[in-house]
Amino acid sequence: MKLIFLSISNFRKAILSLVIGGFFVITMTLPTHGKGTNLIFVSNEKSSQITVLNMKHKVIKTIKTCRRPRGMHFSGNKTQFYVGCADDSQISIYNVKSQRLVDRIRGVEEPETFDLHPNNRHLYISNEEDASLTVFDIKTKELLHTFETGEEPEGVQITSNGKLVFVASEAANLVHVIDTDAKKVIADIPTDTRPRRFALTPDEKELWVSAELAGMINIISVLQLKIIEDIVFRPTGFRPEQITPVDIIMTKDGLRAYIALGRANNIAVVDVKTREIVDYILVGKRPWGLALTKDETRLYVANGLSDDITVIDTKSLKALTSIPVGRVPYGILIDD
Amino acid sequence: MINKYLTKTKKLYIFIITLFCPIVADANDFHFVFMTLNNDPNYTVQKRYTGLKLNQSYSPIFGAKMAIKESRILSRSLGVNFKLIEKSATSSDHAIKIINNLHSRLSAKVFLLDLPPHFLQNIVKIIQKKDIIFFNIRNKYNQSRNKNCNKNLYHTIPSYRMLTDALAQFLSKNKWKKVFILRGPLSRDNAYANSFLASAKRLNLEITGDKSFTLSNDPRQRQNSNIKLLTSNNNYDVIFVADYNGEFSRYIPYNTFLARPIIGTEGLKASSWHWTWERHGAPQLNQRFRRLIKNRPMSEEDWAAWVGVKSIINTIAKIKSMNIDSIKKIISTPSAAIDTYKGNPSSFRLWNNQLRQPILLHTFNAVIDRAPLNGFIHIKNNLDTLGYDEGETQCELDG
Repeated sequence: MKLIFLSISNFRKAILSLVIGGFFVITMTLPTHGKGTNLIFVSNEKSSQITVLNMKHKVIKTIKTCRRPRGMHFSGNKTQFYVGCADDSQISIYNVKSQRLVDRIRGVEEPETFDLHPNNRHLYISNEEDASLTVFDIKTKELLHTFETGEEPEGVQITSNGKLVFVASEAANLVHVIDTDAKKVIADIPTDTRPRRFALTPDEKELWVSAELAGMINIISVLQLKIIEDIVFRPTGFRPEQITPVDIIMTKDGLRAYIALGRANNIAVVDVKTREIVDYILVGKRPWGLALTKDETRLYVANGLSDDITVIDTKSLKALTSIPVGRVPYGILIDD
Repeated sequence: MINKYLTKTKKLYIFIITLFCPIVADANDFHFVFMTLNNDPNYTVQKRYTGLKLNQSYSPIFGAKMAIKESRILSRSLGVNFKLIEKSATSSDHAIKIINNLHSRLSAKVFLLDLPPHFLQNIVKIIQKKDIIFFNIRNKYNQSRNKNCNKNLYHTIPSYRMLTDALAQFLSKNKWKKVFILRGPLSRDNAYANSFLASAKRLNLEITGDKSFTLSNDPRQRQNSNIKLLTSNNNYDVIFVADYNGEFSRYIPYNTFLARPIIGTEGLKASSWHWTWERHGAPQLNQRFRRLIKNRPMSEEDWAAWVGVKSIINTIAKIKSMNIDSIKKIISTPSAAIDTYKGNPSSFRLWNNQLRQPILLHTFNAVIDRAPLNGFIHIKNNLDTLGYDEGETQCELDG
């Protein structure tokens, strides 16, 4: 070893140190991703897989999952993630680092999406085929409670204090409001046709809900529990009936919202305060699931009908690239 | 459940009370009436040769039942009880009597008519009330959307013309422009084939032959019964067959003179619903239906009954009123946004009360495409590329 080292010429040494030095410079200038694994997880509902990508947008792994995986959520400490499998009626629990299946909660009737209570122990799950919202204890796997909802419950949103749970019923055109202390439904808020997903403003005064078939966002006042405003989308080149918003994501400062417009193949960028539509970004076919990186510079979009995900630069509001994943991608999780 | 806790005497008591109490409408009840015909030949249980059942129809009341069941939470929040009553008539006069009776006694205003076409026409012609809605959930004849239309009659099942327009779009898109028609002896067969002729004309398809077939083994009739001979004209891209009986057409695929696809009542079919449709929430609807009734998938008629009930309930929720006049006004405007589980938000056509809707083009086990196909556009609503458009209809609803 020593001999080899000695034989390296000064020139070579210089090159080597340059390369190493350069490497350090590059790694230092990369956005800091915290302690995460820097992996992206995409659930593919038709091929029953999770595609694992790195931040360079390379598919590094494909995990076979239970059947029809859709909603996903990190555990409180982000060491695990949960995947809802509708056709197997279970929630699978994966280790983030190893991406291995570590546990499962069985007997969850056709889970679609879910939210984690701030106590990090209770999952509130919409049971699409069962017209109910069920509460499961992640540790004991126990079913704690069942709330009756309208047909096809979908989006679930829990307030940060864990007191209120909102669940949208697609077929009944209602948002149910559940009081977690009293354990009962305290309001049914009528919405426009086919309410799907939610976003809460950071101050939690407004609940945004996408009304898929009405092509709009209903804004609900959390205090009054009624709709106070609508945002209608009209990207050029699309008929009103093609505009079917589903997923909504808001930035942490509460200034901007991104909405996946489904059949209109666009992402709408909305100024939350003025309700103005800042831009439309063309992506793949039927975008639904959305995820932002921690620094909010990148938006990831799951395109259900073109079997890929699109990466958007949130500064220039341009699509950077699209990466093929499994069949009918649904949700995205980013561990950065 | 309740029965378990009641003693026999109490049961008897309740029975006597219900026997003598006239049924009085509750102000918060809203009734849907499902009208059927006693011994309707459409539902006769088939006992086919060698025990095969090829075309068995089942009562679509389960579609209506499912829509009522789905509304239980909505009815909780509205404070309205949606109820379904099933009534069977022996004749159209009997049906009229039943409808008038339920209309005055329970103030039932919405009637789903699962009846043969002549029955249905008689009923809607004679009952001239203003505050009534009839749903046609079964008959596809074009006339009932044209000359024989009626302002109280709403069609949730598509017309033949909507189905044949969907097929014609598919042929046009694929550039299969030469069509050979084979038609059966039933009036439905001819209605479907004639409707296809009109659709072909609209999209400039060429009809290179139009023959009637005969279901027979008689060697003297082989010109009309032998599939190879019937199809030996060698100038077609596709064969359109109209055979609602199905016994002849099921042998056409793989038996034609030329290797060509079959469409119509065999091969690629056009329908309002299919059990394999997997977009726009359809898997949920199909699975829900299968939980309600296990031995069969959701049919076109089940879907038509379901969407009829659903369109009314959702409109009541929207306008917070059970007034039929207000409901009628809404369901014929785009703001009705009726969810058909086929994508486009829907409403009834102002000019003939037909529910505009996408049409599914499917084989026996897969949906191949959904009409209106990409590229077929309409000045107002692309769904109106299917069926009689405003300028074409001969229907006069105000007359």
